[in-house]
Amino acid sequence: MAHAKNHDYHILNPSIWPLLGSIFGFVMLFGAVMWMHENGPWMFLIGLVGVLYVMFGWWSETITENQVGDHTPVVLIGLRYGFILFIMSEIMFFFAWFWSFFKHAMYPMDPGGNSPAIDGIWPPAGIETFDPWHLPLINTLILLCSGAAATWAHHALVHEDNRKDIKSGLVIAIVLGLIFTVFQAYEYSHAAFGFSGNIYGANFYMATGFHGFHVVVGTIFLFICLLRVLRGHFTATNHLGFEAAAWYWHFVDVVWLFLFCAVYVWGG
Amino acid sequence: MADAAIHGHEHEDNRGFFTRWFMSTNHKDIGILYLIVSALVGLVSVIFTVYMRMELMEPGVQYMCMEGWRLTAAAVADCTPNGHLWNVMITGHGILMMFFVVIPALFGGFGNYFMPLQIGAPDMAFPRMNNLSFWLYVAGTTLAVCSVFSPGGNGQLGSGVGWVLYPPLSTNEGGYSMDLAIFAVHVSGASSILGAINMITTFLNMRAPGMTLFKVPLFSWSIFVTSWLILLSLPVLAGAITMLLTDRNFGTTFFDPSGGGDPILYQHILWFFGHPEVYIVILPGFGIISHVIATFSRKPVFGYLPMVWAIIAIGALGFVVWAHHMYTVGMSLQQQSYFMLATMVIAVPTGVKVFSWIATMWGGSLEFKTPMMFALGFLVLFTIGGVTGVVLSQAGVDRAYHDTYYVVAHFHYVMSLGAVFAIFSGVYFYFPKMAGRMYNETLGHIHFWMFFIGANLTFFPQHFLGRQGMPRRYIDYPEAFASYNYISSLGAFLSFASFLLFFAIIIMALRSGAKVTENNPWNEYADTLEWTLPSPPPEHTFEQLPKQEDWDKAPSH
Repeated sequence: MAHAKNHDYHILNPSIWPLLGSIFGFVMLFGAVMWMHENGPWMFLIGLVGVLYVMFGWWSETITENQVGDHTPVVLIGLRYGFILFIMSEIMFFFAWFWSFFKHAMYPMDPGGNSPAIDGIWPPAGIETFDPWHLPLINTLILLCSGAAATWAHHALVHEDNRKDIKSGLVIAIVLGLIFTVFQAYEYSHAAFGFSGNIYGANFYMATGFHGFHVVVGTIFLFICLLRVLRGHFTATNHLGFEAAAWYWHFVDVVWLFLFCAVYVWGG
Repeated sequence: MADAAIHGHEHEDNRGFFTRWFMSTNHKDIGILYLIVSALVGLVSVIFTVYMRMELMEPGVQYMCMEGWRLTAAAVADCTPNGHLWNVMITGHGILMMFFVVIPALFGGFGNYFMPLQIGAPDMAFPRMNNLSFWLYVAGTTLAVCSVFSPGGNGQLGSGVGWVLYPPLSTNEGGYSMDLAIFAVHVSGASSILGAINMITTFLNMRAPGMTLFKVPLFSWSIFVTSWLILLSLPVLAGAITMLLTDRNFGTTFFDPSGGGDPILYQHILWFFGHPEVYIVILPGFGIISHVIATFSRKPVFGYLPMVWAIIAIGALGFVVWAHHMYTVGMSLQQQSYFMLATMVIAVPTGVKVFSWIATMWGGSLEFKTPMMFALGFLVLFTIGGVTGVVLSQAGVDRAYHDTYYVVAHFHYVMSLGAVFAIFSGVYFYFPKMAGRMYNETLGHIHFWMFFIGANLTFFPQHFLGRQGMPRRYIDYPEAFASYNYISSLGAFLSFASFLLFFAIIIMALRSGAKVTENNPWNEYADTLEWTLPSPPPEHTFEQLPKQEDWDKAPSH
């Protein structure tokens, strides 16, 4: 750090990542619009690769900064605040999807056009929903076990510094996360209702789909933690990346529990 | 690095131009960038309104013709009205002002520059992410501008669906202009959410030693509460417009009754965001006004604690009143009664603030510098807008006023005349601090009077138009509304002239304004930490954290 300072906060050097990330983000979204209007996915893919590159570069730099000791205790507290706030914003994102689901499940539109005086039925006529007590229940257990494994690894890191248990816990959590994703894809491919043309499918696929996307992101996050453990990163007092991944994973768990209870059991 | 013991020596700013402005991790530079870009976007958005007011100046359509848009009036016979162009203009004006002008100026600009300074923080908690917020804002603005010039509805360019993007208009609009607009809002939302995370963390984690929560200056408090509103409301909007996107492009039926969806649901989710958004726009302005009034009354602000709690209360209540924007959609009587009551309750904390500002001035030694003039203008105009808000909050009365010019007048009084007066007040108040030069006081007063008269001429007659039943969002109107519309357009031109004068004042001050040598060009009642720093502040501030006696002035006042 070039400047003399007399405090523990983290003053960063200028960085090209934000500008690059925004340019690639623009390209990606403009490309997505082009793709949606039958102009091919290329612009989108270029933007996506760029965004992923920026994520990789930026977060690698963050990890390096952590390793060289820029993350003092007060900076670590700030990063934790930041991550919790990020999760709160994610919760509010899911709030919108649950809102749509609950609205339509509690006050379904009357096909005869008499809403809101007369409610329709839910699930809508002709929709055959999943039996929650088969694959969805299994998936619930898989995700909960995965969360437990992550907690085991967390415990091993903080209280025992048992590197072997950390690795085992993470591997189990990641594998179970992958199985969940595969099962979810299997479920989608056997659904008796489509994505378009009916409100049940729209709510179901967008809510569980966004959750599924978060599972994939969380799995990658845990995988990065595993790689870092293998390189000897993380101590009992400085394991911010691990902590964030664990929090994120539990958040994904809880969203699933709400989805399972509301969408599969109550609303099915 | 953390334990570096040397401090306090001056070092030169040896960053290159690109490094300083395109790769910045410095909250002051990023704040300046926000202010500049939002001023430019504001100019574009204001030009839209001037063009709209030109069209509305006389009955009949003279400028926005199918034969091509024009700058000189056409004879009615030569002009086929182009309603799409009009609709694109109102949509563009709304989206730009809401997402790309006022939030970036107040929250991004002043928030970035002064919140860390006021709490004695060396920078933001996440300086690199701070820059991401800024560049995402630029990316979002670019998408929005692309949207205006892309193939849209009616075989023309741009989307004309209104800034609220209500379905079925927004789901049926052709072309891809609408999709670009949706992504523009997504990106600006992401930018604001990242900014909010940054602000909250900075506020909670980086206050100067001894600065407990209820010793934090009011502007910083207003930024903190605003951040919470952004953090909790913008993701909900992101969900709603994602539904629009899939309805448009992937055949989902969230808002399409033919597939069991409900278009009113969109309005609920949108306004669940939209009402907090209104307070996101105005709360930072409240903060600036508090400091300006206290400084130029030479008194500490009256009732600091109630002022803080009023901000918090307004923020919290902002989340539970959304459906007063949609009384006419067929809600049950109970729902309407609830939203009416909850809305009126907001007048209480807002009243606490207005009366505290008045009490601050009471018995003070008032100094009518330009920032104070704008603050006084804010106080009068915001109060007028607030009172018409209470009128509109009544579900029964709203039956008559819904979607008339009365509503247009109301929300321009609180936003165009409230938030924008607060921005100008802040610009003049903080200009000597940011630039190290003084603006021309006489020209500042001329700017104020031109804008004050112009804005009132524009919007006050619109109350009467609304009471006479003139609906908003139309390109044309019957003869009966002609005279008030004529006055309103004259006012808009005067306001526009004042805006150009503002740019001239700023450019002149930057080039040849008198140098500000002292840290505090106002008086000792500008007693927050930013006034202990040189003007302009050095690249890195508070490398030695401030001591409590630098800012804790309560005993001496």
